[in-house]
Amino acid sequence: MSAAAPDPLLSVRDIAVQFGGIKALDGISFDMKQGQILGLIGPNGAGKTTLFNCLSRLYTPSSGDILFKGSTLLDRPAHRIAEAGIGRTFQNLATFKNLTVRDNIRIGAHSASSSDMASDALRLPWVGRNEARIDEIVDELIDYLEIGAVADMPVAGLPFGTLKRVELARALASQPTLLLLDEPAGGLNHDEITELGERIKKIRDERNVTVLLVEHHMNLVMAISDVVVVLNFGRKISEGTPEAVQADPEVIRAYLGDAA
Amino acid sequence: MTVQQEEVSAVEARQEQQARSVSAATISSLVVLAALVLCPFFISGFQTFQLNLMLIYAIAIMGLNLLTGFNGQFSLGHGAFYAIGAYTAAILIDTFGVSYVWTLPAAGVICFVSGFLFGLPALRLEGVYLALATFALAVATPQMLKLSILEHWTGGVQGIVIRKPKAPFDLPLSQDQWLYFFTLFVGLLLYWAARNMVKSRSGRAIMAIRDNPLAARSMGVNVALYKSLTFGVSALFTGIAGALGAIVIQFVAPDSFTFVLSVALLVGLVVGGVGWLPGAIVGGAFIVFVPNIAEEISKGLSGAMYGLMLILLIYVMPTGAGGLIRTVTDRLTRR
Repeated sequence: MSAAAPDPLLSVRDIAVQFGGIKALDGISFDMKQGQILGLIGPNGAGKTTLFNCLSRLYTPSSGDILFKGSTLLDRPAHRIAEAGIGRTFQNLATFKNLTVRDNIRIGAHSASSSDMASDALRLPWVGRNEARIDEIVDELIDYLEIGAVADMPVAGLPFGTLKRVELARALASQPTLLLLDEPAGGLNHDEITELGERIKKIRDERNVTVLLVEHHMNLVMAISDVVVVLNFGRKISEGTPEAVQADPEVIRAYLGDAA
Repeated sequence: MTVQQEEVSAVEARQEQQARSVSAATISSLVVLAALVLCPFFISGFQTFQLNLMLIYAIAIMGLNLLTGFNGQFSLGHGAFYAIGAYTAAILIDTFGVSYVWTLPAAGVICFVSGFLFGLPALRLEGVYLALATFALAVATPQMLKLSILEHWTGGVQGIVIRKPKAPFDLPLSQDQWLYFFTLFVGLLLYWAARNMVKSRSGRAIMAIRDNPLAARSMGVNVALYKSLTFGVSALFTGIAGALGAIVIQFVAPDSFTFVLSVALLVGLVVGGVGWLPGAIVGGAFIVFVPNIAEEISKGLSGAMYGLMLILLIYVMPTGAGGLIRTVTDRLTRR
């Protein structure tokens, strides 16, 4: 167990989630410091995605609390998580398929801007300024993630790897302090995964974004994480540096079974 | 060529193609606008009246398109909002002596509120279930309008007859011509507003909800609020069309607003192109002219003729007029 860090960015406290009689999460606690990359791993069914969905408020835990920048996330509905400073990507792509790459990323900036339907419909003066600010954010991200060549194409039909970058750009458009990545390496080839690892570290360093990474791809997690949290059957079984976690007999047992 | 060079030239080619299709779009919209402005001076009063109805249905279809095409919510009941708009105008003119011009914003506001309120419970319904709920609305409306409690205002089964307004400021226009230009002006204003909305933050939010509600919510879009608001705005458009319809036809009665009207609007939407605003004109033309053409071909089998034409049209352009135009311009500009 890590000692309670002073003033953590994210603090998950004793979270439990039940589906019927099944405990999907059972008393999970951990802290994340500003600027960390935290890898969340565990065998299938360990509760990683459930925890992830609690953080983006798609699920409500039956007990426990989640503190972000010192205040609880649980009194926020899902659509007010982005404005708190938490952006996310999805395990299986969740792009807006009939829209262009640029419009997808613009929607990412929804919470970073404001307007209402009436002003938009009447093109009131501040709407233009608002759109200009959104476009500034979007243009910068298109450059940053090198998707300029496809920026004005519809999302449908673009290659998988490109769409993963589009999703990343969309998540960053809300200008998050915490970025939740749900299996970003899924479906990528070896070279693309190496590139992804570099990119995640770059985003953390250059954009001052803290990253929570749920991932199956062990090499990626161990290469870039500062801290790794291991779940199994809804419980936290280990937490520490990648080296410490890899050496933990409890973790080895969870992944390889008792025989090992 | 290196990969980068290839990429750059592909982008340039694409931008060039876009620039060409943008200018083609501007030119064709100017041609359509000019035709709409000039037409009434070369055709009879009755034909002007028909063209006016086409514009009115186009406005109603535009409203339905915002809801179904852009937000992905089905409605088989937009005839109800059309009826509410029409009755609002007729009652305000007949009972309260309000000028016809002011009945439009009133119809808009009342329909926005009705649509928004109907949209709240509809939030829990998706796809075919929402279609059924709106179907119920369409079926209930004509009977509600016949209720004896409301008869003092609605005129019951008899409906309300209103007078046709004259052209103001001694303009040298017939009543039909004046009303046509009035509708055209309102229609262009609403088209401008719908286009602005679709191309802005709230428009992107409603399209995001259509494509992936879960992801939209995680991007900070208040899905429930935007869906209800879209229902309201959609009803506002259709309600204003209803008010214009009442003024132009000079008569409202419950049986003008049956379920058939709702279906006609949906047919117009599909024929014009789902998710493409200018398609509304094509849809409006279909609603007004195709039944007449069908009747001319065969009086006894006009329904069958109508069906045949509809099937042929959907066969030729399965994605509506919008899809057809997009395919053609793509072919022409891609060289």
